[in-house]
Amino acid sequence: MTAIVHAHHTPTLSERLKDASAAAFIALILGIPMIGMTTVDQGGFLAVMTRWPQLALFVGLTFAGRILFSLALETIKRRSQGRKSGKSAASAAEAANAALKRGTKPESVIGWLAVGIAVALPIFFSEDRYIIDIATSVLIYIMLGWGLNVVVGLAGLLDLGYVAFYAVGAYTYALLSTQFGWGFWEALPVAGGLAALFGVLLGWPTLRLRGDYLAIVTLGFGEIIRLLLVNWTELSGGPNGITSIPRPSVFGYAFLPPDTEGSIADLLGIEFSPMHRLLFLYYLILLLALLTNLFVTAMRRLPLGRAWEAVREDEIACKAMGINVTTVKLSAFAIGAMLGGFAGVFFAARQGFISPESFTFSESAIILAIVVLGGMGSQLGVVLAALVLVMLPELGRDFAEYRMLLFGFAMIVIMVWRPGGILANRAPTLIHVPTGDKA
Amino acid sequence: MMLQMTGVHAHYGHVHALRGIDLSVQVGEVVTLIGANGAGKSTLMTSLFGAPRCSSGQIIFDGEDITRLPTHQISHRGIALVPEGRRIYPRMTILENLQMGVSYADPSNFEVDLKRMEALFPILESRRHQAAGTLSGGEQQMLAIARALMSRPKLLLLDEPSLGLAPLYIRKVFEIIQELNRDYGMTILLVEQNANHALKVAHRAYVLQHGEIVLSGTGQELLSDPAVRAAYLDGGSH
Repeated sequence: MTAIVHAHHTPTLSERLKDASAAAFIALILGIPMIGMTTVDQGGFLAVMTRWPQLALFVGLTFAGRILFSLALETIKRRSQGRKSGKSAASAAEAANAALKRGTKPESVIGWLAVGIAVALPIFFSEDRYIIDIATSVLIYIMLGWGLNVVVGLAGLLDLGYVAFYAVGAYTYALLSTQFGWGFWEALPVAGGLAALFGVLLGWPTLRLRGDYLAIVTLGFGEIIRLLLVNWTELSGGPNGITSIPRPSVFGYAFLPPDTEGSIADLLGIEFSPMHRLLFLYYLILLLALLTNLFVTAMRRLPLGRAWEAVREDEIACKAMGINVTTVKLSAFAIGAMLGGFAGVFFAARQGFISPESFTFSESAIILAIVVLGGMGSQLGVVLAALVLVMLPELGRDFAEYRMLLFGFAMIVIMVWRPGGILANRAPTLIHVPTGDKA
Repeated sequence: MMLQMTGVHAHYGHVHALRGIDLSVQVGEVVTLIGANGAGKSTLMTSLFGAPRCSSGQIIFDGEDITRLPTHQISHRGIALVPEGRRIYPRMTILENLQMGVSYADPSNFEVDLKRMEALFPILESRRHQAAGTLSGGEQQMLAIARALMSRPKLLLLDEPSLGLAPLYIRKVFEIIQELNRDYGMTILLVEQNANHALKVAHRAYVLQHGEIVLSGTGQELLSDPAVRAAYLDGGSH
């Protein structure tokens, strides 16, 4: 709250001390039970011991940290203000118009470059299982981010339960394949359709809600699905989940050891390697993700996609323009959910094992963080944010138990540095110059 | 007859916002509705769109009863609203805003209408790909009017178009209203607080007070009516 005040005027020393004291006081209250006291095992029973010196250190650090934070924030603000006043709004607009006329935007160049790197990656790391695994995870999150982007970024409907649709897709494939012997490609559209149905199911009762109220209901919906999966043991296997889910096959051939029936290695006459399956999975999710991107980009240019954005911008104006807000919102929920369902199918097929533990609220939170940090509605932003958010905990492995701290810190840095997300610029969906002699 | 409201009542919860409105707009007319804050002017406008739905009474538009029609279908019948406070889509470009105004039923006139709007409001052409939120208030109002016109309405509703604008743009808004009516034969229902300007451009006018129409007549009649002068004009906006 005080950070906002800092943006407008330079706080005096006493203001800063007051602010830091308030933070230290909160730290003290929180710290008494969390740091000040601890339980120790004394001959079979627990005793409470106090740790006042540590608590004093914690409060002192909070005090100092708060002062440093407010100083740093101010420096950043001052710098960005200096940059802004440097170029006027008019020249920015001219630059934008010029960029549009040229046709190539830096974003599209980066986008193609990213696709190129993604396609070439396994060529350089074909033996490095770790890299391929992480890259596959990143792509799953990119796909989920693009799916959620339809709901949150484009239609402006804050959905905190997105993981529910991911779960619906994953369980649909798991059940269809283990119970009825369906293949990956047969189950994919069915699972997507079912997830879309769940999207409509969630969308229908929440049509009149928005903002925080919608967020709470979707949060609850996500939990309902997870609790159903935990408790409906006959269907979902309960907390034990579903095991030995078949891996995706290629025209009936699977990645099996040599001399097994239907082995791809035998068919192609190449040496069997377990890496082949991982590489195949990598390219499969890359394909699914790219299709998702093409689909969403195409949707944005259709009247329906533009109506999603219009509903985000101003619902009342939409109603007055004769847009059926109900259909527009439901279609956003359904399509977002369908894409989440596709990602879920892939997830189940890749893991071979799923349980409700993979579909907790923290998954929804990470996907939402990817969309928000990427810059709501930006396709490339989602890619960058997914890279940061998935890679960071991996890079942070050396920091052991501090990696979540690092993760949180990185998110704060992004929000301070780019409050609108990494790529906050919105790409226009209609770039068309009418021909002069038509009217 | 373009629009005919008969005995329309509307409620916001327990608040009785419209109390038996009788109002009509003829083809080719500019009709103005004036009244103080909270008199129910905006409610009257939005009740045409079913928000709030009228609790009793009847609304006939172009020979069809639209009283119970779903909101989104009412605009398809040929009514366009320029909402209070403009309500343009700020993060979308001007071109996209105009495109959203095109009726779903017949998007084929987009190019032609776009050229017409850009001729009427030159500012829109030079800023085609700029986010609408970066326009000034007056420019945004021009955009909101252009967006409404993109659907080729039979009746144009303007809800306080001069609200919060600089004097230069206030004059411009009323010029455009006259131009649309005179040169294009547009039928217009205008809600205004700026009674002086609004009555001057109106063929006929109604005065709304506490959800009831207390006075009606030609624009000139109301301009010279002592009660209207005392309540809405003297010491007001001129």
